[in-house]
Amino acid sequence: MVDFGGWDMPVNYGSQIEEHHAVRRDAGMFDVSHMTVVDLEGPKTREFLRMLLANDVDKLRIPGKALYSCMLNEQGGIIDDLIVYFLRDDWFRMVVNAATHDKDMAWIGEQAQAFDVQISERDLAMIAVQGPKARERAVQALPPDARTAALALKPFMALKFGGFFIARTGYTGEDGFEIMLPPGQATALWQALIEQGVVPCGLGARDTLRLEAAMNLYGQDMDENVTPLESGLDWTIAWEPAERAFIGRYALEAQRDAGIKRKIVGLVLEDKGVMRSHQKVMANGAGEGEITSGTFSPTLERSIALARVPVNTGDSVQVDIRGKPVKARVVKPPFVRNGKILIK
Amino acid sequence: MSKVLADLKYTKSHEWIKSASDGSVTIGITDHAQEALGDIVFVEVPQPGRKLAAGEACAVVESVKAASDIYSPVAGEVLEGNTGLSDAPEKINADPYGNWILRLKPSNPAELKALLDAKAYEQVLKDEA
Repeated sequence: MVDFGGWDMPVNYGSQIEEHHAVRRDAGMFDVSHMTVVDLEGPKTREFLRMLLANDVDKLRIPGKALYSCMLNEQGGIIDDLIVYFLRDDWFRMVVNAATHDKDMAWIGEQAQAFDVQISERDLAMIAVQGPKARERAVQALPPDARTAALALKPFMALKFGGFFIARTGYTGEDGFEIMLPPGQATALWQALIEQGVVPCGLGARDTLRLEAAMNLYGQDMDENVTPLESGLDWTIAWEPAERAFIGRYALEAQRDAGIKRKIVGLVLEDKGVMRSHQKVMANGAGEGEITSGTFSPTLERSIALARVPVNTGDSVQVDIRGKPVKARVVKPPFVRNGKILIK
Repeated sequence: MSKVLADLKYTKSHEWIKSASDGSVTIGITDHAQEALGDIVFVEVPQPGRKLAAGEACAVVESVKAASDIYSPVAGEVLEGNTGLSDAPEKINADPYGNWILRLKPSNPAELKALLDAKAYEQVLKDEA
């Protein structure tokens, strides 16, 4: 067990590599109750979120629809990344990171004042069930009346059923659900999921899975000192309509117009060894960069990493691994999605 | 409590040492070490002929979590590195005492006497816990 953002969490239950394979091949589950669930309510909530977030919640028109966004400061730096769900015209829900809880709540609270939006943190546990068989196994552990609706959920859609909030979202690159529920019912659901053959998985597998899927980890791949444009998250910025003055917009436009200097790339090590955060990357004439997240990929059976490097970095780089330069191939992430290796 | 074999010698840095009748020693990592490391994915073993000082880093065991140096418990010359580990380094997790990392010819056999016996190593584990 380790301290993760102030929460006691398991790194692994057994072999983290076996847990990783369980998610890619069948179904695994994570206790992600450490995440912060915040409800925002009031008639001006949509307007508020269109100012607060770099992605545009105007895209969310069907109740239950969700999107992934960064929340920026005025300099375009990333305060956090999150998923926001549209529930009703006067009710949105956001799930933000645990480690950034205090900072996020203070920021959201401050920005919301002008909009008269009510902010309520929800005391909910959360279990993420992920893998090609995750949904079919998970619904057997849910109340029978919820099963049909849960199975009918499209990706990035959520539904409420009694005290359950079931979303077809995840952080592994596989299909699955993230299920929010009252803490008192979490143990029973966990046990029921075990009975359905879902494998408990810890933080170790969570990290190797999300890195194979090239999903950023806040605090590691990005922080307040970098913008989404330097973090592989250009796609999360809704530039249109041009009149939407979201926080950080002007700084991003200035950076975009001046030319981005750094970018995130994927790296694959062909040789033995494991790339790790902060190792130096030598980009052969283009300059130097740094590994933001590195690990051993159980699916590819070699080390992979995300690295922030100069924008004109070529096809291959060298990574300083414990004092020795090791050659790494530059690839376009993601490395793996839905069980398939995507890079050559 | 992790497994400790009675007939081996140990170091505080969680290596085990087995003496052979010809005077050579075989070295690996203990159950405690493999558990702490987690899934092992690479092992770097030394080349035969390499001369080592006592306490010198002579091999690397890399798990998903971290890379860990293995220190030679005594001074000597490397007889053999277990290159068979490269195909399946996870064998060390499954059977840490049955999968050795290197074999050494000690240059000063008296140094072996200073190694911990099983009881002393068990105490090390208790103190660390």
